Amino acid sequence: MADVDVRMTVNGVARRSTVPPRLTLADHLRSTCGLTGTHLGCEHGACGACTILVDGDAVRACLMFAVQADDTEITTIEGIADRDGRLSVVQEAFREHHGLQCGFCTPGFVVSVTAFLRDNPDPSDQEIREALSGNLCRCTGYQGIFAAVRAAADALRATDADAGAAARDGSHP
Amino acid sequence: MKPAAFDYHRPDSLEEAVTLLAELGDDAKVIAGGQSLMPMLAMRLAAVDHLVDLRRVGELQGVVDRGDALWIGAGTTQAAIQRSADIDAAVPLLTRSTPLIGHFQIRNRGTLGGSVAHADAAGEYPAVALTLDAEIEASSVRGRRAIPAGDFFSGWWTTALEPDEVLTGVAFPRWHGRSGFAIEEFARRHGDYAIAGATVAVELDDDDRVRRCSIGLFGLAPQVERAAAAEAALVGTVAGDVRADEVGETAVSGLDSVPSDLHGPAEYRTRVGAAMVARAWEKALQEARNG
Repeated sequence: MADVDVRMTVNGVARRSTVPPRLTLADHLRSTCGLTGTHLGCEHGACGACTILVDGDAVRACLMFAVQADDTEITTIEGIADRDGRLSVVQEAFREHHGLQCGFCTPGFVVSVTAFLRDNPDPSDQEIREALSGNLCRCTGYQGIFAAVRAAADALRATDADAGAAARDGSHP
Repeated sequence: MKPAAFDYHRPDSLEEAVTLLAELGDDAKVIAGGQSLMPMLAMRLAAVDHLVDLRRVGELQGVVDRGDALWIGAGTTQAAIQRSADIDAAVPLLTRSTPLIGHFQIRNRGTLGGSVAHADAAGEYPAVALTLDAEIEASSVRGRRAIPAGDFFSGWWTTALEPDEVLTGVAFPRWHGRSGFAIEEFARRHGDYAIAGATVAVELDDDDRVRRCSIGLFGLAPQVERAAAAEAALVGTVAGDVRADEVGETAVSGLDSVPSDLHGPAEYRTRVGAAMVARAWEKALQEARNG
């Protein structure tokens, strides 16, 4: 059972490792890379706590082997905030609207919502609920989470509108 | 690490992949998106000595217009299917079934070929392939073959694929004329496998008579099924003369191995199945009439 060399970029940092093929990407990120923000709940794709971005797509890190992520670009929850620690719009909205209680499921929610709002900046309430259906919160804090996504969507659109207006005025946003 | 240990192979071409499978025999399994295989490996419901990753096999990618059919590469992700206007135009039933599969994070990885080869009894893509009389294409060192969907699904998670074969793509026939398509399913939670579901494709002539009709059933037998008796009864009738609930009753009447599980006994599943057929029939019919 030979180990395999893998290279990937994780939150902007190039990483090279030699891993057993059965090591999941989630375990690789947590154990090899020391990025324990990616949480493991069910380890079979049901709970969504381990959601990360692979080449921009939100995926379950427990449903990929590290060897399958060779030559990819990965963003984990540690890569969502600015380098100086300033929270993203989605993170800020989760804090503002009590979108986290115990916090265990939060990394998966934040990463999922980050990808969802990038691809669907003007979602209906129904679309938000559907997008959240792949993440489980055992504290059942869904109303706060929903409110956070609604607020983040509105905030991101307002930012875009400001940037657009500023660009049209010829001034810098 | 929960899965049992295995050796990993990553072929760069179809030829390399089928050669590996021929050499490794029954001890090898292919992985594409892995959204069904990974949970089975993690729970040790499945164990393999060799895993063959199809990620770099270019022959499994792409969408090809063959005129009377649309060929879709087995490696096409469910997310890519959902986004494709070409697929929606040629095989709208496939597009409509896609949002019912798992969640968007699952669809970013899960593939057409994986769903079809996994052959879950409640799988949407198996039901669509069976309903539209799709042809499932497979390759091995022994050659290529096209398997009609009607001969492909043969029991619980069981298909006509041989252990040394790779599912390369699925050819979905186009339906023309005044056609309508619908899928309806009932699940306890969004993204779960359905308790029962139905797919309907119907084509009407200019007098609103049913020229052609396919009804697929999923979650109602060890594998996806066609409601052949109901289809035969409908062809030639004036569409508006048949009540939707009767179509549903007829469609489920021939089922003799409806599963019972913690979600409910076979009787309940059968009733849900009849209701799903009725709803899908009404929707498909309405679309065909407007066509």
